[in-house]
Amino acid sequence: MADKDVLIDIFTRADLIMQSDIKFRKMIGAGQLQIVYYPVRGQEVVSAAMMAAVNQEDYLVTIYRGLHDQLAKGIPSKDLWAEFAGKMAGTCKGKGGPMHITHPETGVMVTTGIVGSGIPIANGLGLASQLEKDGKVTVCCFGDGASNIGAFHEGLNMAQVWKLPVIFLCQNNLYSEHTPMAFATSSETIKQRGDGLGMRSVRVNGNDASEMYAAAKEAVEYARAGNGPTLIEAMTFRFHGHLLGDTSHYIPEEEMEQALKDDPMPILRQQLLDMQISETDIAAIEAKNAATIEEAAQFALDAPYPPGDEYRIDVLDVEIAA
Amino acid sequence: MSEKPAEIMFAQACNMAMAKAMADDPKVILMGEDIADEQGGGVFKVTAGLSAQFGTDRVRSTPISEQAIVGAAVGSALVGYKPVAEIMLMNFITVAMDQIVNHAAKLRFMSGGQTSVPLTIRTTTGAGTGLGGQHSDMLEAWLAHVPGLKVVAASNPADAYGLLYSSIMDPNPVIFIENTPTYFTKGPAPAPDHVVPLGKASVPREGTDISLITYGRGVGASHAVAEKLAGEGISCEVVDLRTIAPFDEETVLKSVAKTKAAVVVHEAVKNFGTGAEISSRIHEELFSELKAPVGRVGSGYAPVPFSPAIEKAWMFSEDDIEREIRKILG
Repeated sequence: MADKDVLIDIFTRADLIMQSDIKFRKMIGAGQLQIVYYPVRGQEVVSAAMMAAVNQEDYLVTIYRGLHDQLAKGIPSKDLWAEFAGKMAGTCKGKGGPMHITHPETGVMVTTGIVGSGIPIANGLGLASQLEKDGKVTVCCFGDGASNIGAFHEGLNMAQVWKLPVIFLCQNNLYSEHTPMAFATSSETIKQRGDGLGMRSVRVNGNDASEMYAAAKEAVEYARAGNGPTLIEAMTFRFHGHLLGDTSHYIPEEEMEQALKDDPMPILRQQLLDMQISETDIAAIEAKNAATIEEAAQFALDAPYPPGDEYRIDVLDVEIAA
Repeated sequence: MSEKPAEIMFAQACNMAMAKAMADDPKVILMGEDIADEQGGGVFKVTAGLSAQFGTDRVRSTPISEQAIVGAAVGSALVGYKPVAEIMLMNFITVAMDQIVNHAAKLRFMSGGQTSVPLTIRTTTGAGTGLGGQHSDMLEAWLAHVPGLKVVAASNPADAYGLLYSSIMDPNPVIFIENTPTYFTKGPAPAPDHVVPLGKASVPREGTDISLITYGRGVGASHAVAEKLAGEGISCEVVDLRTIAPFDEETVLKSVAKTKAAVVVHEAVKNFGTGAEISSRIHEELFSELKAPVGRVGSGYAPVPFSPAIEKAWMFSEDDIEREIRKILG
C-alpha cells in the first residue's frame, strides 16, 4: 500500500476528475455546453496515480479522452473549462477545444484527436530531454485501440532503440470505441506487444491506486536513470461510453455491473478511511474540489468568446492577411 | 583573365546549408534513414560527413519509420529543437501525412500559439529516371493546401543553400523539396553567408512579352525555352517562386502586370496542381489586362510511368512550354 500522503494526493486528483466529469455531463445534458465529450468516469485513478509519480515539468502527451490526464497533471480548472467552452480565456484561446488541450506550464504538450499519433511525438519530447540531459520524463497516454495502429509499433520500436525516457501508459478500458478488445486485437494483452518490441512492459490493475502508483514510480525512476521506456498496461474501465450519448449497448450487462461494482473511486475513498483519514478530512477535499469546479464552470460560461479574426493568428508565426 | 567562379552541386549545397545551420545553432539536429556516415551518409550522400563532424547524437540514423521520424521531429521541435527530418523520397511522405498535416501544421494554431513546430522536412523526388510510380511524384500541391505549412523548392545550388538554411531557421514547419535528377547538377557556389528569405520569388530572367512562373526543375526548362524564343524576338520573363507556399504574389502579379501574359510551369501533374491556384490568383487580380487566359504546363494525369517511352510522353517538357507560349501569344 502506498503511504498516506501519496494516497491522499491521488484521491485529491481523482476526486477532482470524477466531479469534473459529472459536472461536464450534467451541463452538456442541460444544454449549457454544446460539445462532443469523451467521458472519463471510471479511469480517474489511473491518471491520478500516474501523475502523482511525476513532476509538473515532466511532459504529458494525451488523447481526446484526456480530461482525467489533464486535470491530474495540474492544468488549472478555470483554464481547462474555458477551453472546453471555446472561450478566449481557455488554455488555447478556444482554438483547440476539448480534443486539443495544450498547457506547457504544466507540461501538457499535446492532446491529439488522432488515435496513436501522440506516441511518435512523445518520442520527440523524450529525445529532447535525452539530448538536454534535463532529467525529464514524458508520459504518453493512449487506449488499447491505439495498439492496433502503425504509429504504436513504429513509435515504441524507436523509443526502445533510442532508450528514450518515455512512459507509454496504455489505459486499457477494454473497448476501442464500440469494439471489444478481443474482437480486434490479436494479442491477449497489450503488454505482450511491448514484450515483443523488447521494451520493459508491465500489466497492472490501474484502478488500484497503490498498484498503479508503484508501477508508475518504477517506470519513472527507470526512465530518469537513463534505462529507457516502459509500457504500462493499466487495466481500467469507462462507465459512460465512447462519447457522451453512447449508451454502451455493446457492453454486456453483467460486465458493466461488475465494472461498476469495482468502481475505483469508492474503493479508494474506503482505503483512506481504513488508513484512519477522517471522514471530515475527506469531505473537506471533496468540498474544495466541488468549489473549484463550480467556480471554473461559471467562469467558462461567463467568459467572452474569442473574436472571429482570431483564426488568422497562430497559423504561422505571422498573422495571415484578411 | 578572371578565374571561373567556383561551382558546386545541388546535393553539396544542401549538405553545406545543414553544416552551417548545425554550426550556428546547437539545437539543429538531423534525423532520417541511413543519414549518418556509418550507414553511408544518406542514400544520395546529401548528409555525408555531418555525423563525423557533429556526432551521432545530432545526426541520427533511424529505423524505416516515417511516422516515427516526423513524430520525433514534431516532439523535439515543440521544446526548442530545430529538427531536420529527411524523408528519403517524397512518396514516403504519404506514410507520415498524419504527423505532418494533423500535428506539425496545426499544433501552433490549436495550442493558441503556446507551442510551435520549427521543423524542416527534406525530401527528394522527380521523374525522368525510370523510377516508376512510387519514387518520383511531385506532391507539393497536397502540402501547399495545408494551412500552417511552408513549402520550398530550389532551382539551383546557391538557392538551395540559402533556402535550406532559411527553412531550418524558420519558426514554422517547412517542407523542403529536392530534386533527385538534378542533385548532381552544378551551379555557382554561394557565399558562406548567403541566405535566401522564404516567401520571396526571384526573377532570374527579365522579359516583356510573357511571364513564365515556375519553381524547381521548371526553372531550367523555362530558361531553355526563353533562350530559344529570344532568337525569334519573343521576350520571356522567368519568375522562380522558390517558396511555393506561401507564394510571393507581389512579384508574380508585378511581372504579369508588365507582360500581360503568363504560363505557370511545373513538373507535378497539371490537374489540381499549384498552377491552378497561381493562375487563378492572376485571373482574380489582372483579368481585364491579360492578352489571353493564363496557361498551365504540368505532367499528365497518370501515375509516373516506368518505360522511358511513356515517361517522356507523360512528363512536362520544353516543347509543352513552347507550345503553350505560342498559343497564348497567338
